[in-house]
Amino acid sequence: MELTGAQIVCESLLQEGVDTIFGLPGGAVLPFYGALSAYPGLRHILVRHEQAAAMAADGYSRATGKVGVCSATSGPGATNLVTGLASAQMDSVPIVCITGQVPRAAIGRDAFQETDITGITLPVTKHNYLVMDVRDIAPAIKEAFYIARTGRPGPVLIDIPKDVLAGEKIEFVWPDEVDLPGYTPPGAPEPQQVAAAASLINEAQRPIIMAGHGVLISRAWDELRQLAEKAQIPVITTLLGIGALPTDHVLNLGMPGMHGMAYASLAIDRADLVVSLGARFDDRVTGRIADFAPNAKIIHCDVDPSEFNKNVIADVPVLGDLKLSLRALIPMVNSNVHLDWVQETDRLRNEHPSLFIRKSDELLPQQVLKELSDITGGDSIIVTGVGQHQMWAAQHYGYREPNSLITSGGSGAMGFEVPAALGAKVGRPDKTVWSIAGDGGFQMTLCDLATAAENNIDVKYAILNNGSLGMVRQWQDFFYEKDFFATIYSGNPDFVKLAEAYGIRGIRVTRQDEVAGAIEEAMETPGPVVVDFVVKEDEFVFPMIPAGESVNEMLEEPNSQGVGVESA
Amino acid sequence: MNQHSDQHTIIALVQDRPGVLTRLASLFRRRGFNIASLAVGASEQKGLSRLTFVVTGDQYTVEQATRQLDKLVDVVKVSNITSEDVVARELALIKVRATPSNRSEILEMANLFRAKVVDVGTRSLVIETTGEEDKIDALYDLLRPFGILELMRTGRVAMVRGKTDGRVSDDVGAEFDQASRNGFAVAGARFQPGHYEGV
Ligand SMILES: Cc1ncc(C[n+]2csc(CCOP(=O)(O)OP(=O)(O)O)c2C)c(N)n1
Repeated sequence: MELTGAQIVCESLLQEGVDTIFGLPGGAVLPFYGALSAYPGLRHILVRHEQAAAMAADGYSRATGKVGVCSATSGPGATNLVTGLASAQMDSVPIVCITGQVPRAAIGRDAFQETDITGITLPVTKHNYLVMDVRDIAPAIKEAFYIARTGRPGPVLIDIPKDVLAGEKIEFVWPDEVDLPGYTPPGAPEPQQVAAAASLINEAQRPIIMAGHGVLISRAWDELRQLAEKAQIPVITTLLGIGALPTDHVLNLGMPGMHGMAYASLAIDRADLVVSLGARFDDRVTGRIADFAPNAKIIHCDVDPSEFNKNVIADVPVLGDLKLSLRALIPMVNSNVHLDWVQETDRLRNEHPSLFIRKSDELLPQQVLKELSDITGGDSIIVTGVGQHQMWAAQHYGYREPNSLITSGGSGAMGFEVPAALGAKVGRPDKTVWSIAGDGGFQMTLCDLATAAENNIDVKYAILNNGSLGMVRQWQDFFYEKDFFATIYSGNPDFVKLAEAYGIRGIRVTRQDEVAGAIEEAMETPGPVVVDFVVKEDEFVFPMIPAGESVNEMLEEPNSQGVGVESA
Repeated sequence: MNQHSDQHTIIALVQDRPGVLTRLASLFRRRGFNIASLAVGASEQKGLSRLTFVVTGDQYTVEQATRQLDKLVDVVKVSNITSEDVVARELALIKVRATPSNRSEILEMANLFRAKVVDVGTRSLVIETTGEEDKIDALYDLLRPFGILELMRTGRVAMVRGKTDGRVSDDVGAEFDQASRNGFAVAGARFQPGHYEGV
């Protein structure tokens, strides 16, 4: 049977195992929507803004390990995807976006809602396509999914003109394989590199493993654990590597870097070997690069060769899929105890209790995370926005499972918290999903509360409402003479009423003793809930290594030696 | 053959797909690499073009540039042939002001450089020359006193010289490529400069 381009898109998506598409239609993409309605196997979730579609696809992908899919119309629909694409690109998240384009004959004539979206998204996608022939649709989709999920994953956009979707009909043929002579994702590592890495590890007295997003992407958490336990190597996890090892694992030293735990950053400082597993030496992790791990050799395991020597020159680079690299490495690594070193890291932990929550009469945001962690037993998927609340969520929640923290790390896109949580919940309906939101970020994408309500997507939103752009305010406090210009939100809406306007249960919390009750109530309430935690306005995230400085310039919580509770 | 120590010659074999040049150019701009010259044309293989880039920068820059280029899906092979024995050529058209009194002097100079006069006008000559950049620079300098009206240069095209085992430029690249992908370390500082220190 001959099919239209639009039907071929649907058939191809089914071939790729897609079950959910986040999107919002418009003129140019309407033929696709016309076909989609006849495909009950492809659930379409109608968003309120295309940015939410891209970010929901991101959250869905990270929660499930599958490729997330979104769609939008030409012009403004497509450009609204860009922030979500940029975030997915920076965090290596596989998503595929299908956009409608103006008809072929109109391209280049500034037609209504014509935008060169393949041009615009060039730097924020792993690859993209403008499909000018109906015969190219199925191969393009097959390639797009392959490129998105293999090697170092990333977003791929497919732009299809309206008349290619709705014009000529052809027989649907799903290609057997992809034809990409210029694209060969690395597989197993070179044995010499693995051997060199193993001997560095076997010689090291003070080794540390830095686990990044690559561990989660290549599903290598068991191997990470085996390596760490076999040689008794302390593990630090970058923001995106959190969950690669349970927070409460004895060898887990937490997150290093700008707002990482002091003991994690200090351990890197003292280590004689850093084994980087799927991490990219981001400036938020390294601080001043010349002072990063000054005493250490570096083993850099990555699937993307362009990461080698980009920020840090590795003594031993290991190119390959991380799971395969670790499988090759583990048998060559000697069992070890590193007793002195592990004890030293324990001492650092005691001397620098970075997760200390001091006593206060006011509701502290850290306390909310701590209680949430206790009540949920670290068993929820946590999705965050960007800012102080994001850092507290990284610090004070005890993560038990891989991919249980979903956050816009590399791009730091505020507004991620609302839609990415929707995507995560749609992908993992069996899990409790808590979105930890800032009042700033929440207001960037809150229109998609309607999507939660409409589809009864059971996300629990916790707004850590400090009435300000907290993280920027903190920078102003520390580095800009406390000139709180343009960071105070004096006209915030009533978030409880707002939730209610969407038909969602809203709860307000202003006192410490209300926190636990509100969390429990939210979890007992079926469907989405918004909890507005009105927290202390001017709380700081500690520790902090100011941008471009080193661990020696680290600021720690002034009262951390006082009485309080040790969190997470 | 590489007169400027900070210049590197990179050859890329790319798929003839719409927008492939945009992808290359966008990558160079985004990552802050400088292209001194770029020449593009068909290769001996159907559907593939071969490009010669001259990239200005230090070892770090050129290493990043080749690896980033290699990541582009449409780029089939990248080779850094800077340290290879290559034939490198550029073609230039130079339109020079000429009067009846100095025309023969100009022709002599052109002859000296084995350049061809391809157009004779009443007030100008167009000279075509092929060679390495230095030769073109030298001819240009000699002609400058007469008055250069227009200069058009193609940029370097380069090819690895024939070897007994018959390797071509891309195969040299393949070796480099593998070493580069495997992450051989460049000499010098362990840490890369220019790390971001902003908000
Ligand atoms: C889209 C976007 N715009 C601006 C910024 C810069 N920025 C970083 S953190 C921050 C404040 C975030 O405020 P809020 O969401 O309320 O979280 P808080 O820091 O108060 O927890 C801002 C404005 C950003 N990261 N993303």
